Amino acid sequence: MPSPRRYLAELLTALGLLAAPFVLPHLGLAPNTANRILVWGLFGIGFDILFGYTGLLSFGQAAFYGTGGMVAAYLLTRAGFPSVWGALLIGMLSAAVVGWLVGLIALRRTGIYFAMITVAIGEVFYFVEFNPLADWTGGENGLPGVPTPSLYLGFTTLHFTSGWALYPFLAACYFVGIVLALRIVRSPVGAILSAIRENPLRATAVGHDIHSYKLTAFVIAAAYAGLAGGLLGILQAFMPPEAFIFDTSGQLVMQTAIGGPGTLFGPLLGAAVWLSLQDFLQGALGLGSAWKLVLGVVFVLLVCFLRHGLVGGIKDLWRLLFERKRAETEAPEEATPIRAAPDSMPARAREGDLQAGTILEAKGLTKRYGGLVANSNIAFTVKAGELRGIIGPNGAGKSTFFKMLTCEVPPSGGTIVFEGQDITGKGVTEVCQLGLTKSYQVNQLFTRLTVRQNLTIAALADLRGRFRLDLFRSLEKIPGLQERVQHTLGLVGLTARADTPVSVLAYGEKRRLEIGLALATSPSLLLLDEPLAGMSPRERVETVQLLKSIARGRTMIVIDHDMDSLFELVEWITVLQEGRVLTEGTPDQIKSDPAVREAYLGGVHA
Amino acid sequence: MFTWANFFSQVFNGLALGALLALISSGLTIIYGTLGVLNLAHGAMFMMGGYAGYVVYDATGSFTLAVAGGALFMLVVGVVMERIVIRHFYQRPHEDQLLVTFGISIVMVEVVRLIFTSLSKTVPPPPLLTGITSLGVTFYPTYRIAVVAIVAVALLVLYFILYRTKLGMIVRAGIEDSEMVDSLGIDVYRVFMIVFGIGSMAAGFAGIVNAPVVSLTPDIGEAILVQTFVVVVIGGVGSFPGAVLGGLIAGEIISITSMINPGYAYVMLFAAMTLVLVLRPYGLLGARGRE
Repeated sequence: MPSPRRYLAELLTALGLLAAPFVLPHLGLAPNTANRILVWGLFGIGFDILFGYTGLLSFGQAAFYGTGGMVAAYLLTRAGFPSVWGALLIGMLSAAVVGWLVGLIALRRTGIYFAMITVAIGEVFYFVEFNPLADWTGGENGLPGVPTPSLYLGFTTLHFTSGWALYPFLAACYFVGIVLALRIVRSPVGAILSAIRENPLRATAVGHDIHSYKLTAFVIAAAYAGLAGGLLGILQAFMPPEAFIFDTSGQLVMQTAIGGPGTLFGPLLGAAVWLSLQDFLQGALGLGSAWKLVLGVVFVLLVCFLRHGLVGGIKDLWRLLFERKRAETEAPEEATPIRAAPDSMPARAREGDLQAGTILEAKGLTKRYGGLVANSNIAFTVKAGELRGIIGPNGAGKSTFFKMLTCEVPPSGGTIVFEGQDITGKGVTEVCQLGLTKSYQVNQLFTRLTVRQNLTIAALADLRGRFRLDLFRSLEKIPGLQERVQHTLGLVGLTARADTPVSVLAYGEKRRLEIGLALATSPSLLLLDEPLAGMSPRERVETVQLLKSIARGRTMIVIDHDMDSLFELVEWITVLQEGRVLTEGTPDQIKSDPAVREAYLGGVHA
Repeated sequence: MFTWANFFSQVFNGLALGALLALISSGLTIIYGTLGVLNLAHGAMFMMGGYAGYVVYDATGSFTLAVAGGALFMLVVGVVMERIVIRHFYQRPHEDQLLVTFGISIVMVEVVRLIFTSLSKTVPPPPLLTGITSLGVTFYPTYRIAVVAIVAVALLVLYFILYRTKLGMIVRAGIEDSEMVDSLGIDVYRVFMIVFGIGSMAAGFAGIVNAPVVSLTPDIGEAILVQTFVVVVIGGVGSFPGAVLGGLIAGEIISITSMINPGYAYVMLFAAMTLVLVLRPYGLLGARGRE
């Protein structure tokens, strides 16, 4: 049953779009400006999914805007294609295909490299359009004579010509665009895209194929750009070659940043501000070409002082005015103690799971960094269901050993067999999908998301596999997801904090969430790298209880420096020293082993 | 029509363009390597350097003074920009740094357009370097030969600063690990300011040296910025030798392709960049982890 609140954004958009033709003329906004705002807004929806949600800042979107526009305009003007709707669709699909090809290259790198490559690609499209393809695109003349759409309703035909008569058509396109985008960002894919923005390393480690998801976001952005480009041709009755220039990409970036990235509506707001200011500065103030200088200065100031754009600014203001009151009335939250959950959520059964016998076997495992040997010829075997501890002085190579087991770093030599399968040289994503994962020594969380969103992202990797394109599926419709998240929240004692952003959690809570992220992927073998590090004595006791309860039904290996806790927790201990296995034994044997004492105390005997 | 004379002059054009790109890219790459900021206003600085030199030339009639004036002006602009804006962005995400420098580049271009209009301005080469010189197979404008020499000297000076001075040692150490340099008790912010100034000066210097070859318009920085990016991707981010090598490769690709069909110059440049990305993702002379 769809609740009205859930579709509030869609409802408000529809109302706003319907009201605009009656309100905006009174504000002095020309119909053509309103139409341009819609086209830029639609262009921006896709870009916001790429930049605001996935964190990939592209300066080359003009390539797809131009491609979609040129293909649609060519079909309609030169190829004699009869249907405007069909041409727009083909233009959009062409842009998506081009986006996929470009994405394969641009997404080889991240960060500033990605930005530089997209700038370069954008320029290439501009030059290709102008020269080699000039016969098709009209070169510097563009393609004039793009027809406008009409709709046959049976009894009458609606002609969307220009001005306010064209507006309903563009508004309908924008509405469909925003509805689909809202579905996408609320889908599992949308959740994973924000995970990539927040922490690509962890998104990979919990078992998502982030490269494919990035490519998805890139193609979505290209498709939106292609449709917007087609609409530009219709709006102007002419497809301008300037659609391809760098300024187009730049303007899109600026409008999105002004409006507020990560909101979907930001680009529309940014376009409204940009285009109406342009009209105002050029027309009313008669500034001529200086309008761009004014907008440039406004933009720089906005980036400096209003980090999340106008929408972000409005949200912050709202919080400042109204939420303080609410915080005062709310009862202060007690730190929830961890209750030992009755059901400890055993690992999900996978194909190839072992009930007994050796779950993990490493042979001759060696890691060299240049001349430094971090691990040397380690032989290590863990039985299914075992709770193993690893200790060793600092620099013994414990973390390197873990990184090799989870396939974060490839070993220089040796093999790793997990559940009878050789995993040496596989990727961390693949290994996590097989049921082997790790909680990190240094927290690797999705900081700007809530606790619930964090666990959802991890659980999704297990429930959906490494990559799936369920773009329009609601998160609620994934069987078992809510239960898994709720259960993990209970296990790590964060139920009361479920909707709190991670950035405001206390350190101990973050540590527990770190374990929770690994747990939510339902691993059959869980590695824990110093789970107790930095905790207060009380938190340690609680966390040891937590580890005991989750150990039921799965195999765990724990590295820690807290000997007392570790000896209480585990059944069997491996001691590493200088990258080699020094000895193995029960906690009691290890405690009384003179070699272990020597390793820690450096040969000072009592 | 292909002639050897034409070919050689294109190769030489490529050398001149390549040297110029090498100098501009070195500025960009040492700024990025040291400060971790990709300066999207670098092309605008190239353009501004040209205009600053134009103003000095207009007032004094001396090309030498114009070069000195243009370069020094951009040094000051760089230092001021670092102090007022860039400094507040070190702790912010890369995306914000890109946005703010992009905004600054627009402000720079539009300020220049406001003062000098969009009409092109020209700076004539110094009298001593006008005319053409015989290169054996072909005749070539004397000033363009001089550009190669002047830029080569500038690159040598930059090399000397980077590899033979204490400041250069700190900068190179900062490219590898700026936190470590900071903890050694060196005021990295002062170093950052100087590096940003030097990088801007390199762009500005190139701008005025190039001014007699092309005519100045407020938009010349944009194409240069794009080419510089390709150079840096090919050469490897943070690598001074990479910028020089990448610059020369890019210059030759653009020139030689232009001889056959100018429309394909960028396509070939892009193809080269793609090839490097596939075969050596960190650039020809780049190192992993410098991004």
